[in-house]
Amino acid sequence: MADLPMPTVRPTAGPASPSAPRPMRFILNWGRRYSLWVFNFGLACCAIEFVATSMSRHDFIRFGVVPFADGPRRADLMIVSGTVTDKMAPAVKRLYERMPDPKYVISFGACSNSGGPYWDSYCVTKGVDQIIPVDVYVPGCPPRPEALLHGIMTLQEKIAAQHPEDRRA
Amino acid sequence: MSAPYEEATEGTVYTVSGNDWTELIETLSGQQDEKLVINMGPQHPSTHGVLRLILNLDGETVTEARTVIGYLHTGIEKNMEFRTWTQGTTFVTRMDYLAPIFNETAYCMGVEKLLGITDRIPERAQAIRVMMMELTRISSHMVAIGTFGMELGATTPFLFGAREREMVLDVMEYITGLRMNMAYVRPGGVSVDLPAGAVDKVGELLKVMPGRIEDLRKMLDANPVYLARTKDVAYLDLTGCMALGVTGPMLRAAGLPWDLRKSQPYCGYETYEFDVPTEKTGDVYGRYLVRMAEMEESLKIIEQALDRLSGPLKGGRVMVDDKKIGWPAQLALGPDGMGNSPDHIAHIMSGSMEALIHHFKLVTEGFRVPAGQAYASVESPRGELGAHVVSDGGTRPYRVHFRDPSFTNLQSMPATCEGGMVADVISAVASIDPVMGGVDR
Ligand code: SF4
Repeated sequence: MADLPMPTVRPTAGPASPSAPRPMRFILNWGRRYSLWVFNFGLACCAIEFVATSMSRHDFIRFGVVPFADGPRRADLMIVSGTVTDKMAPAVKRLYERMPDPKYVISFGACSNSGGPYWDSYCVTKGVDQIIPVDVYVPGCPPRPEALLHGIMTLQEKIAAQHPEDRRA
Repeated sequence: MSAPYEEATEGTVYTVSGNDWTELIETLSGQQDEKLVINMGPQHPSTHGVLRLILNLDGETVTEARTVIGYLHTGIEKNMEFRTWTQGTTFVTRMDYLAPIFNETAYCMGVEKLLGITDRIPERAQAIRVMMMELTRISSHMVAIGTFGMELGATTPFLFGAREREMVLDVMEYITGLRMNMAYVRPGGVSVDLPAGAVDKVGELLKVMPGRIEDLRKMLDANPVYLARTKDVAYLDLTGCMALGVTGPMLRAAGLPWDLRKSQPYCGYETYEFDVPTEKTGDVYGRYLVRMAEMEESLKIIEQALDRLSGPLKGGRVMVDDKKIGWPAQLALGPDGMGNSPDHIAHIMSGSMEALIHHFKLVTEGFRVPAGQAYASVESPRGELGAHVVSDGGTRPYRVHFRDPSFTNLQSMPATCEGGMVADVISAVASIDPVMGGVDR
């Protein structure tokens, strides 16, 4: 993907944020952590497991993760679940860039981690981290819903430890 | 968002103002039409995965509808040419990911035809295949009906559907070790026999499921909102279905009782008793009714298969009795997941040199399949799923091509949508129930 450069400009969460006092940071992170509106980039089989995680039994809404974001502009977390093909990659990048900061990405499944079973295919992007930065990788093909729950909790820990100045932890 | 990014990802970016746009807007502003071109997808919550639709609208009416596919083309068919015949099952299972067992069975039946061992597949393996296929049909239809409700804006059917699907997946996981994409059916039989207690688990499911299907029916069958969105929507008559090669619930909802399980039986379906549900209406509601009735029929078939598995076929083989083809090992669940059974490891490592050689040859190189070609098809939840398997006599396929019902049925989208309302496009696409993994492969 030579024609898709990595982002170079890293916007901050406001000019005064580096000098934010500690309690302020804590509250900010606490808020971010438990109100992750998800933009589900459901692409293939993994999307079905993502949906299973959001539905009756596993129900990740109890972690404050809400899968009903109206679009990328209203989302904090993008979960890329499934095979990113070369045809789809520009759309993934474009929609990622539409998301407001601070934004996080979970790569769900072997395909979006590294190409998965299609590691030698002629038309699959070998890992979504080639086009957008990823915070948490969830392995599996498809990963179990419990794995996604663990991935979300890992991300929440990461956010809790984050400095508000950083766009991403 | 700076312009250079956009240019890198999307090519040259045009802003909708200035230059020729001003002229265009001026010429158009005098006219009184409401023509709109709408792009839906490829990432849209209502298009069933990564389907992209281009809709020409005149007000609310769709004048032209076109699909754009290929966003999930993973090159499965090509990749298979670089793997052994057995490894192929791990790829085909990922095509139509809501109905993995059907993909595997179609593919394996094709390979078995080429090998000339169709008649030697143990009956127990056939009965397990039938049972697993019907279980998968239920879970697939549950998702179909659930997502359909979700796409129309009703979350409850999906919560129901997901709950029921989890039940089926629990059984699947118990039997195969995986919830989805299990690569359970292998050329020559199935990878592993039913574990102890599987029959009871399926039996429990059989007890609970009819009530659950009844619940869904109570909620939807006569629901006025649901009826308003489904009745007489996306009508496609029998002639249209035949012309477009449509199969599956769509065809049966138009009145033709065409079901490969009856018309070209495979895996011993001719020995099971079940009906082929049909409707005469040819609309979205008819397709829904057919799916519901099919789940009830599936339960009947599972019950019969289960009786055989726990009765006359108990303790039989599940893999063809040919050491050159049948995978030698029974799998067992170890601390790190599914693997070769410890007994088998002990046998090949310290018991028999010959067994070790066989195991090594089969695992590293695979078996050879005589040159030729074969076509095998099964009735998947979406219609006729066919596998065209070509061999040049080697250990790897020369070419494997699939006739995926989602792909064929999807071409009926313009026929059902054009002339209708834009909101009905959603119902129409959802009632076709395309799985993009199967469409694009
Ligand atoms: S990782 Fe596996 S299950 Fe997930 S999208 Fe890829 S092939 Fe499908």
